[in-house]
Amino acid sequence: MTFTAPVLSYQLLSPILIVLGGALIGVLVEAFVSRKLRPIAQLSLTIGTLLLALFQVFTIRNSQSTTAAMGSVVIDGPAVLMQASILVISILAAFLIADTENFVPVAAAVPGSEDERRAIQSGQTLTEVFPLTLFAVSGMMIFPIATDLITLFVALEMLSLPLYLMAGLSRRRRLLSQESALKYFLLGAFSSAFFLFGAAYLYGYSGSVSFEGIRIAIAGGSGNDIILLIGIAFLSVGLLFKVGAVPFHAWSPDVYQGAPTPVTAFMAAATKVAAFGAMLRIFYTAFANAQWQWRPLLIVISIITMLFGSLVAIAQRDVKRMLAYSSIAHAGFLLAGVIALNKAGLEGSIFYLFAYGVATVGAFGVVTLVRDSTGEVTDLNRWAGLGKRSPWVATIFAGFLLAFAGIPLTSGFIGKFAIFSAAYEGGSKSIVIAGVLSSAIAAFFYIRVIVLMFFTDPQEDGTSVVIPSILTRATVVICFVVTIALGVFPSPLLDSIKTLAIFIR
Amino acid sequence: MNYLTTLMLLPILGAVLIALLPKSQGLFAKYAALVTTILVAVLTVVMAREFIRDSTDLQFVESYDWIKSFGIKFAVGIDGIALVLILMSVILTPIVILAGWNESEGGRWSVKTFYILILILEAMVIGVFAASDVFLFYVFFEAMLIPVYFLIGGYGSGARTAAAVKFLIYSLFGGLLMLASIIGLYVISGQQGDHTFDLQTLSTLQISSTTQNLLFLGFFIAFAIKAPLFPFHTWLPDAAAAGTPGTSVLLLGILDKVGTFGMIRYCLTLFPDATKTFTPVIIVFSVISILYGAFLAIGARDIKRLIAYTSISHFGFITLGIFAMTTQGHSGATLYMFNHGFSTAALFLVAGWMISRRGSSTISDFGGLQRITPVMAWSFFLAGMSSLALPGLSSFVSEFLVLVGTYTRYPAAAIIATFGIVLAALYILIPVQKALHGPTSPGNENLSDLNLREKIAIAPVMAAIVFLGFYPAPLLNVINPIAQHTIAQLGFTDPVPTNGGK
Repeated sequence: MTFTAPVLSYQLLSPILIVLGGALIGVLVEAFVSRKLRPIAQLSLTIGTLLLALFQVFTIRNSQSTTAAMGSVVIDGPAVLMQASILVISILAAFLIADTENFVPVAAAVPGSEDERRAIQSGQTLTEVFPLTLFAVSGMMIFPIATDLITLFVALEMLSLPLYLMAGLSRRRRLLSQESALKYFLLGAFSSAFFLFGAAYLYGYSGSVSFEGIRIAIAGGSGNDIILLIGIAFLSVGLLFKVGAVPFHAWSPDVYQGAPTPVTAFMAAATKVAAFGAMLRIFYTAFANAQWQWRPLLIVISIITMLFGSLVAIAQRDVKRMLAYSSIAHAGFLLAGVIALNKAGLEGSIFYLFAYGVATVGAFGVVTLVRDSTGEVTDLNRWAGLGKRSPWVATIFAGFLLAFAGIPLTSGFIGKFAIFSAAYEGGSKSIVIAGVLSSAIAAFFYIRVIVLMFFTDPQEDGTSVVIPSILTRATVVICFVVTIALGVFPSPLLDSIKTLAIFIR
Repeated sequence: MNYLTTLMLLPILGAVLIALLPKSQGLFAKYAALVTTILVAVLTVVMAREFIRDSTDLQFVESYDWIKSFGIKFAVGIDGIALVLILMSVILTPIVILAGWNESEGGRWSVKTFYILILILEAMVIGVFAASDVFLFYVFFEAMLIPVYFLIGGYGSGARTAAAVKFLIYSLFGGLLMLASIIGLYVISGQQGDHTFDLQTLSTLQISSTTQNLLFLGFFIAFAIKAPLFPFHTWLPDAAAAGTPGTSVLLLGILDKVGTFGMIRYCLTLFPDATKTFTPVIIVFSVISILYGAFLAIGARDIKRLIAYTSISHFGFITLGIFAMTTQGHSGATLYMFNHGFSTAALFLVAGWMISRRGSSTISDFGGLQRITPVMAWSFFLAGMSSLALPGLSSFVSEFLVLVGTYTRYPAAAIIATFGIVLAALYILIPVQKALHGPTSPGNENLSDLNLREKIAIAPVMAAIVFLGFYPAPLLNVINPIAQHTIAQLGFTDPVPTNGGK
């Protein structure tokens, strides 16, 4: 018996390996670098790692070979685009995370205990969050390029586990934060179980865990359809949970609210790219031939998701919860791109994911700035009159809201147009109608926040905008500029997406 | 020379200049805005002199790639209708700035912000009338809501926030319906060739009648909300009453014309068959608008609301003229849009001066202004006469054309609409009598008459009203060829008036 060494194609894997390596070095930094130097060391390590990985993604974008690691991942155009989006969003989010003001000094200290008080007094800062971020990023980078169910599941857990931890690290309202982390973990574990259950059925149906094997089995059509349906349904539950689609959305408002705001920004933006990336790949390649089975169901879920998210957001009084429900509505819009099942749908989804991710990081970046003496103020009523006291911050936030609402000359509008026209072309006009209606509903609560900021007189109690650190300021400004630029001159990005966005099976 | 892009860039440049000024330079911002808008107006007149009257093609065409992967172009070009409406807009804007010289001062924000918003709005208005790419039109159509929203909510009075939000939500809702239709057109254009938004190409598409009807409704409802037509009109009185008089002139005089302009340029050209299907229904709603608006105006106690209601009635006339499908109706409707801009501007500006002097907008608070402030009273009187379409004033010509044009095809509608004229006499003469004539009621004794600035602002408006009443030919010569062309394109011929007995 001979043994063949597996061919890994290290070059194609290099972006992921760089991020993983950076994360491991980060752990060593925690152990060996003095406490004083740690924040700056960790931050530069994280940013450096992410930039290097981004550069590496750029160099492999046109490489000839496409499969790596014995065919369990594929580096095609969409893969490169999604990895690049995830990295860019992560860099922006890392700038926000660098503001350690938001994190508990010692995660292990019991809330309200003497330990906690002492840790705060000694001026300790929490730096574990950086390696955790890098671990999550590496999982996110594998998730949309996986081509078999095992790799997909490993990536899912890799990106989720650090996030569960990070959600519980908030400095203020720690109990709420820990509760949200626990909730996220339990429900995440549930959905992982569903995912595995579905994967097992798919293996039972096709005798293969690879997307290609499943695709061929479906095309052959000799298997038991019931088993296939169960497999697709349960696998979808796992994926729909991650993107926060109704009825698997219940975790997201609590986690968005409880997690430290920089983590919320990272999670909301980057996880969505990764999860939708994986979803697009699996539905466009493995399940494409079974579209008559899954499309009707996804259409219903998409419509319910956008309407539910938009309607419930109206009733929110907390800015983070409002953004959470808005993200649910956006998940509904993005599902329209999955349902479109054509090249335009893939292109539109990639553009939308990037534009939405950037605007989300920016919006949460603004949320970290609005504070009073006890910390961040997320109660919307206390945002009243922000436009008077800090016109620039309010204007930028209004810009993000208008992008979420899809007003022309913002990135959100181009994204919405791209996705809805693809869905229309794919034959699902009902989604376009529902999307347009829920956009109208959603516009209402975005506008209400603008009214609060600009047209309502400020209250007496001193909510104020802190002078942002340079990094936070950079993030917010970059996100704002990108959001407007993609609305006015989207051509360069759209063109490069057009040339790259073809799935290789 | 690239007239149209230059016209759009000028106000933007002015806005940037004002934005760079320090906050304390409010006065300089006012002059900068005034000079910019006058420059725009002059340049437009220069452009209008080069316009070839008898051509029905788009002129001053410019086209640049914008978003290539969707086939979207930054394409502009104007026909006679667009030219007339751009002229109206750019002439009214400096008048509004001059007339409302001080209305930017009571706002939530600085004076300069007010003028930045006005200038951005002017650029977008020129863009929305000039666009020949449907996507570009939509972008301007939606984006121009934002400056108006801030103008009403930031500088208005009374329930300004609620009115601004109501305005925005109504308009956004209509806009989103239109977006669905635009997406439909885009997909169909892709099925029958390359993806495009070019108006000319889109009008040659073969669309099944069910789809055409749905797409037509998406566009039409958006325009009917904007115009506004009964039953989509309820946002208008609130917005007009809450805005500053200048904002209300921009809103009713210029922005609402985008609705009726859109009906001609988009509904009729893109969906000729659906237009024919829906014409009877639209005629009915137009007639209802004419009468309902008039009745509401008669019952109005607030002078700004009254003017808003009269506009609903007038927009009914315009829509009636458009959908009567005769050359006279079409020419009349376009001329009506122009004249309505000026007579509404006159009414609103004079009413605004009356309100700011008296400190109240309730009609019954005024009385006997004729004796105290003769110039202001006569201005209001003349503006009112123009609004009720007195022969010899500009509105008469257009209203007459609309009714003649409608009568030849829809006699019943024309006859019922004529009652609108009778009602117009009521809704204008009642406030004229209450506010201007009779004994001077308490509180009005010390009002001051118009000052020089106000006289300069109102003079060109009055001159236009009187001049075009006697001699509308310069405008009609530009409008008629395109009106005939549109009717012929739709496959209609003007009915020949028959001699009743023989």
